[in-house]
Amino acid sequence: MSNAKKGDWVQIHQIVLKPEERTGKLPEDTKKVPLELWVKGFLNHDANLYDEVEITTLTGRKVKGELVLINPRYEYGFGEEYVPELLNIGIQLRGILKGGDNK
Amino acid sequence: MMKDLSFNAVMNRKNEIMKKALGMDYSIYESGGIAFDYEKMMRDTGFGLSDVMKIQRETGVGNTPLLELKNLTELVRRISPKGKGARIFVKDEACNPSGSFKDRRASVSVYMAKKLGYKGVVAATSGNYGAAVASQAAMRNLDCIIVQECYDSRKVGQPEILEKQRKCECLGAEVVQLTVGPELFYTFLRILEETGYFNASLYSTFGIAGVETLGYEIAIQCREMIGRDPDVVVATHAGGGNLTGTARGLIKAGAVNTKVIGASVDLTGLHMASDRAFNRKSFTTGHTGFGVPYATDPDHSDVPRSAARALRYMEDYLLVKQGEVFYITEALSQLEGMERGPAGNTSLTAAFALAQQMDEDKIIVVQETEYTGAGKHPLAQLSFAKKNGVEVKFGNPDEEIPGTNIILPENPTLIKVRHADMDKMRKSYIKNTLNRAKVDYVDDKDIEFLAIETKTNRKFVESVLEEFGIKK
Repeated sequence: MSNAKKGDWVQIHQIVLKPEERTGKLPEDTKKVPLELWVKGFLNHDANLYDEVEITTLTGRKVKGELVLINPRYEYGFGEEYVPELLNIGIQLRGILKGGDNK
Repeated sequence: MMKDLSFNAVMNRKNEIMKKALGMDYSIYESGGIAFDYEKMMRDTGFGLSDVMKIQRETGVGNTPLLELKNLTELVRRISPKGKGARIFVKDEACNPSGSFKDRRASVSVYMAKKLGYKGVVAATSGNYGAAVASQAAMRNLDCIIVQECYDSRKVGQPEILEKQRKCECLGAEVVQLTVGPELFYTFLRILEETGYFNASLYSTFGIAGVETLGYEIAIQCREMIGRDPDVVVATHAGGGNLTGTARGLIKAGAVNTKVIGASVDLTGLHMASDRAFNRKSFTTGHTGFGVPYATDPDHSDVPRSAARALRYMEDYLLVKQGEVFYITEALSQLEGMERGPAGNTSLTAAFALAQQMDEDKIIVVQETEYTGAGKHPLAQLSFAKKNGVEVKFGNPDEEIPGTNIILPENPTLIKVRHADMDKMRKSYIKNTLNRAKVDYVDDKDIEFLAIETKTNRKFVESVLEEFGIKK
């Protein structure tokens, strides 16, 4: 059975330029890696993860690439760990405004 | 016949693709030498300031409040010598529909795209501009594609850029994401060619004309609130459009004595096209990695002649540190009750430093804020920095090394004015311009042009030309 059905919202991946095809003034680390692309759209046919597929994007473009995510979610937030350093700033500044000597 | 989509073939069709996607021919402004007719190019948008305002009213852009930051000003006075501590005002551009001043920049382009009959718009941007184009396109019923430089080779993306992806998608745009590298332009050209959409370039005349209302509103609001023009307007500088448009708007309002000062986050030492360095910086724009190259070589953008020409208007260029901007972002929320995004607070940080040197009766206007939230909040960005091996600590910001550490000032007095070397940038601009034009002599018109472009005089330009061995 296929992981993904026709019409599913998915993300695909493409290699736009292989390392040896890259141009321009690039630092050494970037020269060694390909130029990669990701775009989302509706799957045009049933498929499994990592298959070569075709999608229709929101603007109606047909784009081919490797199926990498089904129903891709947004994974960022307010950081994986709290940053306690930020707490000190407000305390310090309010202290100065209230007349404390923080010069 | 199928078109050749190879890198070289597409790049060779660049001029043809651009002409179609911009709806204008830039060649008519060229002199054949170094000079080109910038003012004619700007006039040819066909829109005066009042036309731009009308376009912007249609989509709810502009007319944002100008707020006095009384507690922040008081803080400056507490840490400054007696009699020092200029009043700081901020133009709350986060109140625009998509949350930043970039709505102004997108508004005229998207209006033009609609008027000229394009079905959609494309923009290459990883920042607020993408959200602005997506929002304006939604209001005017146009399709929209945003091309982002987003990930490193591990598919790790800057949280701020990922938030922009979400926002663009939630506004109905298609987002194409790429790994680091200037060849993004190749993908961008391919999409323009494939779709026949309008290139809503950040650097087009429409983009800059849209920002002029910002400078104009500042002058008018200042006159209403305090009875005179501001002494200084500080603008965050990256590609140059923010500063250029604001300065032009101030001039159009007659505020000719107001100094326009640029501010950028100092990211010296980090290579902008480096796969490894990409996620070791906490600012994706408003930094020297864009600010210096775009000021000194404006015509390397995605249009033949950039309408963003910062050196024409910039009186001074102040550099701030990443840690200082996070600190001031926290100060703005804790002392003024305004939670705004860090990138927009770059100019506020410079203003905080500058105000300590200026008399109490002087007025500084910080000309933008931006929205904040998941991904583009100091918590998200500092947490991400730590995860990528960047040390976050308190100390002296002068010791900050971009990519290695972020130093939050131990004390607000450590936030100091640091001037960039403007003459060095002006010389570099002249050198880049000579290289682009591939000339070994210049005429009178060119000298005059270079003097205007660098906000200097004939004597300065002639001395630089002599240094480079260029004949008159």
